[in-house]
Amino acid sequence: MTGRLRLGGQVLAIGAVVALLGLLIWKVAKGDDNAVTGSLAQGKLVTAPAWELAQLDGEGDLALESLRGKVVVLNFWASWCGPCKDETPLLQESWKRWEGKDVVFVGMNVKDFRGDARSFVKRFGVTYPNVYDGKGSTVGRYGVTGFPETYFIDARGQVVYRIAGPVDDAAELDDGIKRALAPE
Amino acid sequence: MRAGAALVAVLVLALASSAQASEERPTSAELESEIVCPICDTTLETSNAEIARRMKAFIRIRIAAGDTKSEIKDSLVEQFGPRVLAVPPRQGFDWLAWLLPLGGIAVAGVILGALAWRWSRTRPPDDPPPDPDLERRLDAELARFE
Repeated sequence: MTGRLRLGGQVLAIGAVVALLGLLIWKVAKGDDNAVTGSLAQGKLVTAPAWELAQLDGEGDLALESLRGKVVVLNFWASWCGPCKDETPLLQESWKRWEGKDVVFVGMNVKDFRGDARSFVKRFGVTYPNVYDGKGSTVGRYGVTGFPETYFIDARGQVVYRIAGPVDDAAELDDGIKRALAPE
Repeated sequence: MRAGAALVAVLVLALASSAQASEERPTSAELESEIVCPICDTTLETSNAEIARRMKAFIRIRIAAGDTKSEIKDSLVEQFGPRVLAVPPRQGFDWLAWLLPLGGIAVAGVILGALAWRWSRTRPPDDPPPDPDLERRLDAELARFE
């Protein structure tokens, strides 16, 4: 009886350890790995994580894949974020200059109320497409560390540059776009 | 015995009616303790972030409009995802969060019970038989005092 009890205890303990190890491996394999930010920091290009999300204006979904062949300026923002308010007029102005030149600006609204986000877009007269990611599913995959943050994706779908924090000079945006237009 | 059963029934009824009232007429304080701010990962009641303030305002508006607790939570989950819930919902994979601690307690109880049962059946070892030589000397000494 004692031997069986001991064996049962050992099997239980080993089972628990294996289960916890499995959970850890699953989390590491599936979890947010900040691949984009990490690769950029090492000077490597990395494929932009795919997404397909509803547009804020209700005009159906927009997928990153559908923009392949164009440079994408992907701006992560939220209506409650102060610096986002400061940089939005600059983004809109820059978008007007680059529109129709194989460059697309996309706003990625995250962790926000849809209604607040729509009001924000209207208030600042934003005309480039904006998608809604209230759950923040893209934040971890891109390695966003705060808001706002802007990623420059080349025509092949690779992230070539990132601006963490607000853009306060149009030349910064132009620089990122030029890097994406002429990747190495 | 009957009095005990009646007391339990009264307690169960009181808890059920309190839960029902909380569901139908939630207070902002209880919802703020059950919803997590999506950027600071603390409950709304302890957060002063701008998004937390907006969520508190949303909750107050929905309560004033007569929404139930479930409707308000569902609306927040629809926009911000299930991570805004401080306590995981009892569904799908999230059941694990409820069942694992209970399972752990049950397993620990079984192990402790088995150990206690084993200890209760273990007898202390019998005293060793007295040394005949020592016994003889002891008898001799005692005989001297008689």
